[in-house]
Order: sequence, then structure tokens, then C-alpha cells
Amino acid sequence: MKFRIHVRIMPRRGLLDPQGQAVEHALKALHFDRAANVHVGKAIEFDLDATTADAAAAEAKTMCDKLLANPVTEDFQVKVEAA
Amino acid sequence: MRVAIIRFPGSNCEPDAYRAVEREGGSAYYVFHRETDLGDADAVIIPGGFSYGDYLRAGAIARFSPIMAAIERHAADGKPLAGICNRFQILCEAGLLPGALMRNAGLQYLSRPVDLRVERRTTPFTTGYREHEIIRIPIGHGDGRYTASAEVLATLESEGRVVFRYVDTGMPDSPANPNGAMGDIAAISNREGNVVGMMPHPERLADPLLGSSAGTRVFSSLIRWKRPLAAHV
Repeated sequence: MKFRIHVRIMPRRGLLDPQGQAVEHALKALHFDRAANVHVGKAIEFDLDATTADAAAAEAKTMCDKLLANPVTEDFQVKVEAA
Repeated sequence: MRVAIIRFPGSNCEPDAYRAVEREGGSAYYVFHRETDLGDADAVIIPGGFSYGDYLRAGAIARFSPIMAAIERHAADGKPLAGICNRFQILCEAGLLPGALMRNAGLQYLSRPVDLRVERRTTPFTTGYREHEIIRIPIGHGDGRYTASAEVLATLESEGRVVFRYVDTGMPDSPANPNGAMGDIAAISNREGNVVGMMPHPERLADPLLGSSAGTRVFSSLIRWKRPLAAHV
């Protein structure tokens, strides 16, 4: 079966996120004063052939551990949907 | 001393490192990242640049280049290995050194001199410095903020593995720690000391015409380095 994998990668909470701070400052400059705790991460999507959704999720998680995310500085979430 | 200089797509400091090694009496040669053999290298230097456009994360894709397996064996054998700038990032991504290098705290790419204190002399690249000597060497990076867990930082400090640290000498108009690195860390080593990663660029300050030996001594230290007997055990 073919699945669509959505990976969401965010900087680990507690680590300085200067990109998030810069975006927050820009929002405030546009008078979006109630925006707070802004963080900037990245999203990666791809198709994956696998026997089950669980197998697809497990393989995607291995990809994150090995390449897509840095375990020292980032956290990730994997979402699987039928393609 | 045979020194392999590794070339990656997008890297740009290899000729500087090559000339610095040759000028100090070593024998340098290039190894392309697609090769799988380091030849008869006594030491490996991976000079700076922007491998694979720094896509995904700096060093994240280069870390899986074919030559990396040979470099990991070279390091495990206790032989000298230095990664400069983007290559410090690669060594961290490869797990040869702990921690990671994140976007500079000020978000700007920085190209300027920094002042460093020599904190570890017992590496193949730093024996030519005096204890706690302060040196001025250029940096050029956008992702140089050394980051690690509290446990890793404590281990680095207790084992004396910080090699260079940013230090405040009152240089005008610039913070001593240019990128927000934890512990003001500019360079670290593995426990044995044979693997060193550094954000500053000694190869860019290794010509007598430039009026300083601050970078040269990374290379002269290496050429004169003799493997300690204990490492053979």
C-alpha cells in the first residue's frame, strides 16, 4: 500500500530558537501583540510503500532518527495517511 | 606525515589547508568524498565550506558520504582527525563528537576575527600553543552555536575536552561569544584527543604574509605530532 508521510520537526523546547524570536518580533511589529512563544520548524512530506500504516510509521521514525531530525536539538512527529 | 584533505561538493577551504600542511613540511593530498579509501593517511583534515548547500541541516547529508566510513575507522584507530567549521558540524552529525551546531543566536552569517583561549593542548593539533594562550583566528559561519545537553557539557568540562573557548579581550563592537555557543565553546575533542572539531578557520590564517602564526600552529603541531605509546595498546 502507498502511504503519505507527514513529518513535523520542531526545535527542542528550552533551546534558544532565534528564528522563532525573530518571527515573534516581526508579528509584534505588525501589532499582533497577543502572539507569543513563536517557534519555527520544518515539515517534510513523502510517499512510502509499506504493508501497513504501522510499518510505514515505524520506517518513517527510523528515517527521522537517522537523517531527517537531529536528536540533540530537535523533536519530531510522524503522521501517516492513506495516499 | 601524510595528510588527507577531504573534498566535498560545495567546500572551499581545501587549498588553504593543503598549502598550510605543505608549508609546515607535511605531505598533503586530496581525497574526494565519493572515494572509500583514505590511502596511507597519517592524519585527516576536513576543511570548511557548505556541503550540499547546508540543506536539511548543515552537515546532515555529507555525513553519509562514502568516505565517512573510512574516516570513522581512521578516528577509531586513534589517528588525528580535524573537522573545521562545516566539518565540525559533520563530525557531530556522524556522532564522532557529541552535541550539535545550531543557527547563530543573532541569525547573521558571521565573518570576522574572534579571540580564543587554548584550553586543551593534548591534541595533535594544539601542542604548539602555550597553556591558556589567547589567539585571534577568523570565523565564517551561520550555524556555529554549539549546543549539547547539560550532561554532555558537564562531561566535556570534567574531562577537559574543550579545546578552544571564545574569550572576552575587549575587542570593540563585537560580543566575545559570537554565536551564543553554550559554555563559550569554539572547539571540542573526543576523550582521547585525536578527533577535534572547531568552528574557527586556522587554515585562513596560516600564511606568514598574514602576519600571525595563530592558525599556522594547528598545522605545525600536527606535522610534529608523535603518536603517544599508550595509543598503540
